[in-house]
Amino acid sequence: MSKKIYISGISAISAIGNNVAENFDALINQKSGIGKITQLNTIHKNEIPVGEIKLSDKQLKEKLSITDNQAYTRTALLGITAVKEALKNAEISEINKYKTGIVSATTVAGMTSSEKFYLDFLNTDFYNDFIKTHEAADSTEKIADYFGIKEFMTTVSTACSSSANAIMTGARLIKNGLLDRVIVGGTDALSKFTLNGFNTLIILDREPCKPFDNERKGLNLGEAAAYLILESEDIVKKEHKKPLAELSGYANANDAYHQTASSPEGYGASLAMLQALENANLKPSEIDYINVHGTGTANNDLSEGRAMLKVFDNKVPKFSSTKAYTGHTLAAAGSLEAVYSVLSIQNKVIFPNLRFKNKIQEFNLIPETELIRNTDIKHIMSNSFGFGGNGTVLIISEINQ
Amino acid sequence: MIYINGAASISPQNSLDFNEFVKKMLEYEDDFLKSIKPDCKEYMKPIQARRLSKTVKNGIICSRIAMQQAEIEMPDAVIFGTGLGIVLDTEKFLEKMLKDKEEYLTPTSFIQSTHNTVAAQIAQKIKCHNYNFTYVNRGFSFESALLDAVMHIKEAKKNILIGGGDEMTEHYFHIIKKTGIWKQTPTKNTELLNYKTNGVLCGEAVSFFILSDEKKDETFAELKDIRMFYKPDNVSEIKTQIKDFLTKNNTEYSDIDLIITGHTGDKNNDAVFEAILSENLPETPAVYYKHLCGEFQTANAFAFWLANNIIKHQKYPDFIKLNDKNPEKIETVLIYNHYFNINHSLILLSRP
Repeated sequence: MSKKIYISGISAISAIGNNVAENFDALINQKSGIGKITQLNTIHKNEIPVGEIKLSDKQLKEKLSITDNQAYTRTALLGITAVKEALKNAEISEINKYKTGIVSATTVAGMTSSEKFYLDFLNTDFYNDFIKTHEAADSTEKIADYFGIKEFMTTVSTACSSSANAIMTGARLIKNGLLDRVIVGGTDALSKFTLNGFNTLIILDREPCKPFDNERKGLNLGEAAAYLILESEDIVKKEHKKPLAELSGYANANDAYHQTASSPEGYGASLAMLQALENANLKPSEIDYINVHGTGTANNDLSEGRAMLKVFDNKVPKFSSTKAYTGHTLAAAGSLEAVYSVLSIQNKVIFPNLRFKNKIQEFNLIPETELIRNTDIKHIMSNSFGFGGNGTVLIISEINQ
Repeated sequence: MIYINGAASISPQNSLDFNEFVKKMLEYEDDFLKSIKPDCKEYMKPIQARRLSKTVKNGIICSRIAMQQAEIEMPDAVIFGTGLGIVLDTEKFLEKMLKDKEEYLTPTSFIQSTHNTVAAQIAQKIKCHNYNFTYVNRGFSFESALLDAVMHIKEAKKNILIGGGDEMTEHYFHIIKKTGIWKQTPTKNTELLNYKTNGVLCGEAVSFFILSDEKKDETFAELKDIRMFYKPDNVSEIKTQIKDFLTKNNTEYSDIDLIITGHTGDKNNDAVFEAILSENLPETPAVYYKHLCGEFQTANAFAFWLANNIIKHQKYPDFIKLNDKNPEKIETVLIYNHYFNINHSLILLSRP
């Protein structure tokens, strides 16, 4: 059984780019993807900014050679687009050469299409194939079928920590000897349902969000898909691969406090961080950088900050939230930020936290606001916390030569 | 070794008490089967009982009963599998949003609509800060939860609370009916296998279990193994999967004392079960269960409840028999289910 879990491929499609290279370019050039809604037909178009992917469904289909009359939800299209890049990046051509599975996360699932046709489905004789794409499994099955993955599949939905959890499940499947290789990540397209849901909670900033700033007014929603290829030690050896990074630790803990709010002291968050460190067999002082959950809501940033202070005994490492670039991409956030963490390690950079001005008055925590280059990063912590108290922390490490 | 030390289910049958359950099958003639309404008093305040959605409520009750049976207060993990999540609250929010053109919305049904609500509410209720997870993969949802629990026990955890469940609503039924996968007219559950029509009778249930590394006096069964396989090309691939699964577990077809199949009353759907029964297990006692709870993504969690109770009580009622063969002993039980030939799963249980 594999003791180490290697990351041998990454992918990303988000508001700041349609592939990893474009995402990286925006991150180092501090180009935010938050802007006006163009794809979604909503009354909030001019009032609520989001992190939207600039390609239409039709364009996404064209790139994937899927004919326009086929019922693929935006969630599935983003997922396929990203998995394609991840497989290419990991130089995998024969998918079933090893026992390969997929663990994919989504929260919105087929709602992006269901909300367009729902009343017609319900009240009239109207019928089209999107009647069958509502379930969360749909996007995962579409990805699996597109690439011919048969060995194993499952779908995770734990709100904002979904794809961090998908990564954790994938790693455990390899460690338990059930799979040799697993595609892990998440996909969530923007929907009116999600936008209005978050809007009723009064946690959407009407301006581009300001994570960890004292004047933060809420989050921006975004859409994305991001996947990683996890491989066992055996495969890496057999294929003489040079993995990009190692997934050295993970933990899942629950805040058990409130369905939509974090506990003031961030109890669940600190548990997840501590357990991830233990899982990676690392001391807090060995973490070089934290890609924080940092949504920009009053509640999250305060409770996450307090949890970090506790875990790191007031010596919090360098940290930043990349959600100021992409928005909160919900089920894709954990894997997107894991991909960004791999990029940090590969390129020895720390991406800045955009739009930060004043530190939160309750504590003395200042995120990185300038791009840091040529910095040695051995271990990164990546945080994901969400509704239902679900919290998952990943630790991504440089390959130990 | 993995033991099931608690098993509770709320379904269209009297499944909260196995001795009541075996006495008689509750009969329905309806579009779909609905779970009985449990008495919530013991488990939550009336205001909560009114506010919480059916699946969350039934999940809280079943999880509590399973934990009481297993005599544990705090599980090392809470894992739930659901194909659709909280459908009624999703519909409430969606319909209001569409009808009122995105105005006058309130958050309550949105908050409850997320797939992870059941596992999250259970954690909140018992203040469980441990691993908390929700799988949402159609007919693999419960099975994924089960596999995750197996991994946890292998990773040296002790007691894992897992469940599976889905809810059916009038609106969801009406919409999906158009696809033709469901019976188009009200169906008598007692006559399920006698219908010549296409389509399955759908339903709902929620079940919870405690999986443990420790055998107790009250242990229901031992879980030997679980396997999922996706969209098999043909019956021969299915047979290879079953044979391989049994071989890995040092089991022969002839060792199986009882097989539980996922017969739905739809000929196309049931053809693979018939093929396996007639060609590989012609002499084996066989039972089915979807006339009891209906078909849905996590119906197999109900089958898992059934299998556990059959092994523990060493008996089962006549109304679940598929053939007239009777086992001398019930030591080894195989559950073979599939969900619309997309998600196939095998679960092997034995007497502890």
